[in-house]
Amino acid sequence: MLKNPIAILAILFAGLILIATSTFTVSETQQAIVTRLGEPDRIVNAYDADESYGATGAGINLKIPFIEDVVYIDKRVQDLNMTPQTVLSTDQLRVVVDAFARFRIIDPLRMYQAVRSEDRAADELAQILTSRLRNELGRQTFAALLSPERADLMTTIEAAVNGAAANYGAEIVDVRIKRADLPPGQPLDSAYARMRTAREQEARRIRAEGDREARVVRAEADAAAAKIYADSFGRDEDFYEFYRAMQAYETAFQDGNASVILSPENEFLEEFQGNRRR
Amino acid sequence: MPWDKNDDEGGKGSGGSGGKRNPWGQKPTNGAGGSGSSQGGKSSGSIDFDDFLKRSHERLRTGRGGGGANGGGGGGGALTGRSLPWTWIVVALTLVWVGATSIYRVEPDERGVEQMFGRYLKTTSPGTHLKWPAPIVTVQKPKVEQVSTIEIGSERAADENLMLTSDQNIIDIAYQVRWKIRDPELFLFQIANPEATIREAAESAMRSVIASVQLDAAIGPQREQIAAEVRTRTQALLNEYRAGVDVVGVDIRQADPPAAVDDAFKDVSAAQQNAEQYINQARAYNQQLVAQARGQAAAFDAVYEQYRLAPDVTRKRMYFETMEQVLGKVDKTILEADGVVPYLPLPEVDRRRSTSAPAAAPQISAPSAAAAGSR
Repeated sequence: MLKNPIAILAILFAGLILIATSTFTVSETQQAIVTRLGEPDRIVNAYDADESYGATGAGINLKIPFIEDVVYIDKRVQDLNMTPQTVLSTDQLRVVVDAFARFRIIDPLRMYQAVRSEDRAADELAQILTSRLRNELGRQTFAALLSPERADLMTTIEAAVNGAAANYGAEIVDVRIKRADLPPGQPLDSAYARMRTAREQEARRIRAEGDREARVVRAEADAAAAKIYADSFGRDEDFYEFYRAMQAYETAFQDGNASVILSPENEFLEEFQGNRRR
Repeated sequence: MPWDKNDDEGGKGSGGSGGKRNPWGQKPTNGAGGSGSSQGGKSSGSIDFDDFLKRSHERLRTGRGGGGANGGGGGGGALTGRSLPWTWIVVALTLVWVGATSIYRVEPDERGVEQMFGRYLKTTSPGTHLKWPAPIVTVQKPKVEQVSTIEIGSERAADENLMLTSDQNIIDIAYQVRWKIRDPELFLFQIANPEATIREAAESAMRSVIASVQLDAAIGPQREQIAAEVRTRTQALLNEYRAGVDVVGVDIRQADPPAAVDDAFKDVSAAQQNAEQYINQARAYNQQLVAQARGQAAAFDAVYEQYRLAPDVTRKRMYFETMEQVLGKVDKTILEADGVVPYLPLPEVDRRRSTSAPAAAPQISAPSAAAAGSR
């Protein structure tokens, strides 16, 4: 036997082929369906919420060579991509809603039988979810789409979609609105216009209020000054009149350009004519 | 082939897996092409074939013991004496392969997650570790200490990250999420696309928080609370997914009104400045006016005190002093009024005035005794 190298090599080779075709490995991130001549036979490392890593069905596994084939299915939580949807709210406002969902294949066999591949399952789920979203959101007011109540809305949608998802062996882990925006163009522009005018109004109000307050302060100043004057000057009105007149003459004739015609009767010239007393 | 699926970095370049590319330069005889199975015996037919095999077999037994069963068949492909080194190359490569993939090092900021044929084996702490060679046990080394950052939105005006606030205004927000791996096994095995998941979770959390606050609060005073709230919510979401991720922090780098309405917002702060300015000016006026009044009142009071002591004299004195001042500077004409019709040379007066002060208004007055008081 040993003398025949070709035989050794052949045996070795055959052994390798046998090992390679009769075993397969399953990662912790995968589930595997073993199909016998195209017919699903058993599932390896199926999803189980309570399992702990290292104690799962992952690892090396046996199969019947050539008769059995293995289909791998992701075990992890996966994204469900949805294109942004324009939804008309009940108060006739357009909103662009971009939602996302997470799903996991919990029943690989069902999934395999229903749609064969994960990608198709994801497509189907995305479609279901999109139509559900449109239905539910179309029944809401614009304000509700933004409100905290939309969390409840999402729970409703999630429950509804989960019913449908079960047909594909999938479980929706979470549905969430990522964005709820005004669509570009007219709605966004009018929102901007509203914001702008609101701000303009605010700016005017602030300026007017500042102006009002300033006027009050000025009036108070005038009042305070008037009171000070009155308190002081009111002690002798007669003298004040005289005193103030003197100040006024001084100021008025300061530039010295006036021509004054005086009568000798003037008080100033009383002494002019020499001690003459009227 | 399970062998082909090899994530371990130790496998690069060693060529030992041989399943994909054949190092002997021959076509694999079988499409399956298992490692070391390139049995190309047909090309030979040489007489000393048996001899050669015998010799090489002995050499195999003595030279390297049972090692490298994997590549053992490779030598058989080369059937002439001069191709003997190939055997040794294969043996060496196999040994290098086994050596390189049986030992690995985990850096201080990493954890090593070992999987045997895909099944989770154990998580190793930093240091050097031994394991089965690559196709059997693979290791992934996530960096558990490293804090990664995801940027959402940007400070550039071109791509605004617009969100709606509770008062249906629009805000442009840029923020970053800092996260790190808390549980390497969950991180590797639970979530298909961890980074995208974190991003979307953070984005949805941010939007739901922003949708519950007013624009003015989001722009200014409540930023900190918003960031904290977003962090909590993102973390809760990721825990729900069992993502094995810690959200270290959420930082709002920018929370501004959109560029399209920014001017109007700036005008509001300008208006606030204006209002302040008006009020300040009024206050200044106030202080000035009151001070002035106090000064004048004080001056009057001082004079009045003296006046009270000797009213007549003081009054007279003040009158003459003032008149002295006033009449000292102006042109004076004195008329003996009784019975005379006075001729007032107005042109003359005008001429004289225009030479001295062309623009001055005419000031002709006759301070009479009555003006000097109630005498």
